Amino acid sequence: MPLLEIKNLHVEIDGKKILNGLDLVVNKGEVHAIMGPNGSGKSTLAYVLAGKADYEVTQGEVLFDGENVLEMQPDERAAKGVFLAFQYPIEIPGVATMTFLRTALNAQRKKRGEAELTTPDFMKKVREGAAKLSISPDMLRRAVNVGFSGGEKKRNEILQMALLEPRLAVLDETDSGLDIDALKIVADGVNRLRSPERAAIVITHYQRLLDYIVPDIVHVLSKGRIVKTGGKELALELEASGYAQFQEAPVAAE
Amino acid sequence: MAELTLMKNAAEQQLAAEWAAAKAKLPGAAPLREAAFQRFAATGLPHRRVEEWKYTDLRAVMRDAKPLASPPDAAAKARAKGAGALLADVECRRLVFVDGAFASELSDLAGLEPGLTIQTMSDALAKGDAFVGARLGKTVPTDNAAVALNTAFMGDGAVIRIAAGAAIERPLHLVFAATGDRPAALFTRSLVTIEKGARAMLVESHEGTAGRDYQVNTALELVVADEAHVDHIKITREGANALHLSSLMADVGAHARFNTFLFTTGGAVVRNQLFLRFGGEGTVANIRGASLLKGRQHADTTLVIDHTAAECQSREVFKTVLDDESRGIFQGKIIVRPDAQKTDAKMASHALMLSEEAEADNKPELEIFADDVQCGHGATVGDLNEDLLFYLKARGIPQKEAESLLIQAFVGDAVEGIEHAGLREALMEAVVAWLSTRG
Repeated sequence: MPLLEIKNLHVEIDGKKILNGLDLVVNKGEVHAIMGPNGSGKSTLAYVLAGKADYEVTQGEVLFDGENVLEMQPDERAAKGVFLAFQYPIEIPGVATMTFLRTALNAQRKKRGEAELTTPDFMKKVREGAAKLSISPDMLRRAVNVGFSGGEKKRNEILQMALLEPRLAVLDETDSGLDIDALKIVADGVNRLRSPERAAIVITHYQRLLDYIVPDIVHVLSKGRIVKTGGKELALELEASGYAQFQEAPVAAE
Repeated sequence: MAELTLMKNAAEQQLAAEWAAAKAKLPGAAPLREAAFQRFAATGLPHRRVEEWKYTDLRAVMRDAKPLASPPDAAAKARAKGAGALLADVECRRLVFVDGAFASELSDLAGLEPGLTIQTMSDALAKGDAFVGARLGKTVPTDNAAVALNTAFMGDGAVIRIAAGAAIERPLHLVFAATGDRPAALFTRSLVTIEKGARAMLVESHEGTAGRDYQVNTALELVVADEAHVDHIKITREGANALHLSSLMADVGAHARFNTFLFTTGGAVVRNQLFLRFGGEGTVANIRGASLLKGRQHADTTLVIDHTAAECQSREVFKTVLDDESRGIFQGKIIVRPDAQKTDAKMASHALMLSEEAEADNKPELEIFADDVQCGHGATVGDLNEDLLFYLKARGIPQKEAESLLIQAFVGDAVEGIEHAGLREALMEAVVAWLSTRG
């Protein structure tokens, strides 16, 4: 059974069609890259997988481990192992980073019927994870993402991913706003999580990130559908030829 | 148009009858009481056409006046043992009042620190204590109806004096517990004088039995002399049917520091009045508070901040969380007198609406008669932010827990200004306890 199976997905927001019959199959152990021009529906796909309420699914289904996730609340999806690294991580004034991490981790464990982590175990896990991502103890003492630079926010997303150990990580333009050093740190964080049991969808506009997170499969998204699928070399082709060739691709009539 | 004279309603008639029956028995201060009752009787209970009571129509709220509470029996005192437990982890000197009367067996008067003097208000009034007689009712004079009623009927309370230069480390915790089983009216009045350069921390807890019909009218006169430093916290967790009227009158001298926090979760109708007068220059006052309301609770915070001296700074930050059909009111008036140049006064009130049926009313007022001042106010009313909720839920945190985190953050923003860590934590625990009762 595929880990994720998206069948003929149609999504609207405020009556505007964004996804138009998207199909995608992701198996365990695979890293998929989804590339495409601005407005092609990349972020919408990410949000729909995570369960953001503003999006209306008008047709199609999304199966995670064979279960229809569209019926699930975002927190249930997270507990099943779906993780979205946000393109624009949100600042939450007044909520301490450690409280947030601990609440999230324990909520997921509880929902899966696992015991909560003890304070020392939790602290150890966070400190180790933070060190690998060059996240300072000072950052951990602040409120979630408050006063973080763009790069720090992205690293904080990867820290959360490392702690939560999702089965499917969806990275939405995680490379945007990162310099090359930060990009490597983030890519290493993603690569550490690669395993035969997990999968990732890396959404990006540029090929650059894929030098560091090497995908198994590359898809081109345009006007809400996947218009081309290939191996990692497709990303390089796109870098050379651009997306213009796909902009004119016909959209299936409704 | 002729002035409309309202007929006395049932509560006003009962108050007049109570007054006639009780005045000979109340401890001391007869002329002060008589004058106060006559002042009250001239206007009666304030109603919505009286501007300061626009949102809390006391005449409508008080359908009747409860009889004056009888002295607490052994059972009432036994029930009061657990009162003030919110501060169980904070080392305090407890002074416990049960149904408005001092309960020495529940209080701690042993080993008073040098410079600290404590007596009960009923004793001081009965014996005509000169110190109390010279000050009572004069801290911040007002013709406010709730204060007038309090002065007329005041029974007991604390009279605390901290001598010049004394630093009392251990917080003083005044616990007012309404634990009797009959409907009753409780009138408590305290006078706390912190003399020059002294330091003290004062906490008031007001709580009561959930099912009991009772009315509390409490007042505190706080005299903060020059260069003194006072922290005050008032925790109002009255029973679900209680009417709670509270008046804090604070007169703060020069180069002093005064911090107060008004924390409210309980009572059917709560009105917290603060009359603060800056009597000397160069003083800083932080006036903060948080109210967490649900059901049909009504909580009104009414502040009058009077800058009469130059170069003082006042900061007000109030947070109100409103669930169900609750109603939160914030009225804040800042007066800057002609001589109060270089005043720096800022006021903010924020309401967080958890329900479509809740209501938040904000009425800031600035009356500025000096020309070289900085004054400002801001008010916001909003829902929980959907994007923040989604972010938390996307990490596996269920809706209710995500809401709780954001509500704690909202309230915590005001609470974190409390300097005493133990008290700060106690209040945040009370917030968590409140959240755990949300449906």
